[in-house]
Amino acid sequence: MEIVFAVVIAVLFGAGLFLMMRRSLVKLVLGIAILSQGANLLIFLGAGLTRENPPFIGADDSALHAGAADALPQALILTAIVIAFGVLAFTLVLVRQAYITLNSDDLDDLKHTDS
Amino acid sequence: MQCRIGVVGMALLLLACIAILNGVARDGIQSVQLGGWSAPFGITFVADLFSAIMLSVSAFIGLCVAVFSLATMDRARVRKGYYLFIHFMLMGVCGAFLTGDIFNLFVWFEVMLIASFVLMALGGERDQMEGAVKYLTLNLLASVFFLSAIGILYGNFGTLNMADLALKAEAGANPELMRLTSVLFFVAFGVKAGLFPLFFWLPASYHTPPVAVSAIFAGLLTKVGMYSLIRVFTLIFDAGESFTNHLLVWVAGFTMVVGVLGAVAQFNIRRLLSFHIISQIGYAVMGLAIFTQWALAGAIYFLVHNIFAKTNLFLISGATYDLRGTDYLKDMGGLYKKAPFLSLLFVISAFGLAGIPPLSGFFGKFLLIKAGLDAGYYIITAIALGVGILTLYSMTKIFAEAFWKDAPGKPLEGDLQWSDTPAKRRALYLPIIAMACGVVLMGVLAQPAISLCLAAGAQLMEPALYIEAVLSQEYLENFLSD
Repeated sequence: MEIVFAVVIAVLFGAGLFLMMRRSLVKLVLGIAILSQGANLLIFLGAGLTRENPPFIGADDSALHAGAADALPQALILTAIVIAFGVLAFTLVLVRQAYITLNSDDLDDLKHTDS
Repeated sequence: MQCRIGVVGMALLLLACIAILNGVARDGIQSVQLGGWSAPFGITFVADLFSAIMLSVSAFIGLCVAVFSLATMDRARVRKGYYLFIHFMLMGVCGAFLTGDIFNLFVWFEVMLIASFVLMALGGERDQMEGAVKYLTLNLLASVFFLSAIGILYGNFGTLNMADLALKAEAGANPELMRLTSVLFFVAFGVKAGLFPLFFWLPASYHTPPVAVSAIFAGLLTKVGMYSLIRVFTLIFDAGESFTNHLLVWVAGFTMVVGVLGAVAQFNIRRLLSFHIISQIGYAVMGLAIFTQWALAGAIYFLVHNIFAKTNLFLISGATYDLRGTDYLKDMGGLYKKAPFLSLLFVISAFGLAGIPPLSGFFGKFLLIKAGLDAGYYIITAIALGVGILTLYSMTKIFAEAFWKDAPGKPLEGDLQWSDTPAKRRALYLPIIAMACGVVLMGVLAQPAISLCLAAGAQLMEPALYIEAVLSQEYLENFLSD
């Protein structure tokens, strides 16, 4: 199972970076979105995958049974998703405003502040 | 109304930060466990000397910039929440300095970044939009690396508390995974700190927003990246380890040289100063790379000195804009005749930055160079000295072009941009004078300042102090018996 996740993460990172390096502003936004999904999955995989052993304490037990899944990475991912969502919303507004102000969606036209 | 609340808020923040610094200097490292969950399970806030020093200086800069904004910020931006976002940004900065939890550090970074994105874009001028897109893209990329590094670190150690991480990393870890994570952290913080070769967003964006925003960005944001780099590489990773050490030394050298050479070619005053931010960050990295108590003390002293001198130079570039209505050195001139007092303030800050005794920069460089020679890092020490001369060249260029030479064409009288009333003039010059005093005092009172930095450096070299301040005795005993 890990290998499937690893491949998916690699594809997400690759696709995200590829899109970010394109010239279009819209593809830049899509790239950022995909890249942050890749990072979220990486946290999920990094903490270890546990199957069919949810972190619940049964009615008769007083503590978690050994080998239960770790719930913390999911909390981290949830936080990261919320942050990424907020940032993505801001990015969309910024890119729209930049498109209106600069009248271009070509990143190669954004050279005015470089020199 | 917003303006007043903003300034008063900053003043209160400064008082709180000085109280923290006072407490830490008296009683050693302080920690708070939020929500009553003992570390490493709850969220921890820790103040050691390094973070307390950075906090106080940041709050001081915040106050100065808030006052400066009274004169220079236009009504439209204030109405759209300029002061609100400055405060949000300071909240993120202070949180990042205080947190003892690596994921929490990420969250504070994002708070700081989102506020800074808004400040960068607020106003919506053409250049601002371009600068904001570049700034946002590269910083978000750095955040993704940061998050990935946290994920791998958590998978490795099963904890996020920095003291707990330090404990477990010391007890033994897979060296390959540690190296991978350390490089991911290095890239993430390196982008935010503006290190070579990751700094390109900085000179492309820092000169686009209003002067007050440029000044606070220049003073604080890269320093937060540098703070995190020092924190992580003293606590969790070992900066003295051969691979990281080589990386840091090389990066420090290139950052210093490339930054200062980039500045030589610039004629927009704020772009020129932006390149100097990069070059100066190289000195702090050099301190981290040498990794002795003196070197870390030098890095801390240098960061504080640099916050004062660099922010003040940006504020002065605002004052020159006020007088001449342009940021381009070629169109300036004649300011020495028109504003001799401002020229004096500029000379203090610029010579402070270049490291002329008895101003603050001299002692910062002295500490670093002494540490470099003691530890046998001769090449990087030579580079640091050479870069100092080039910095002086850049500063004399600004002085010659903006202040010394005769004004070209346009007459000088009656074209004040902002300071048309005495109240506004006070708000414009008071922060500049306060910070110039900071540059002078840090140099004249170098003895107490350096001993404070040496104490902070000693704390950084001794992670056990940090660990004991955060984790309970019971937890430590359990860990050792396992």
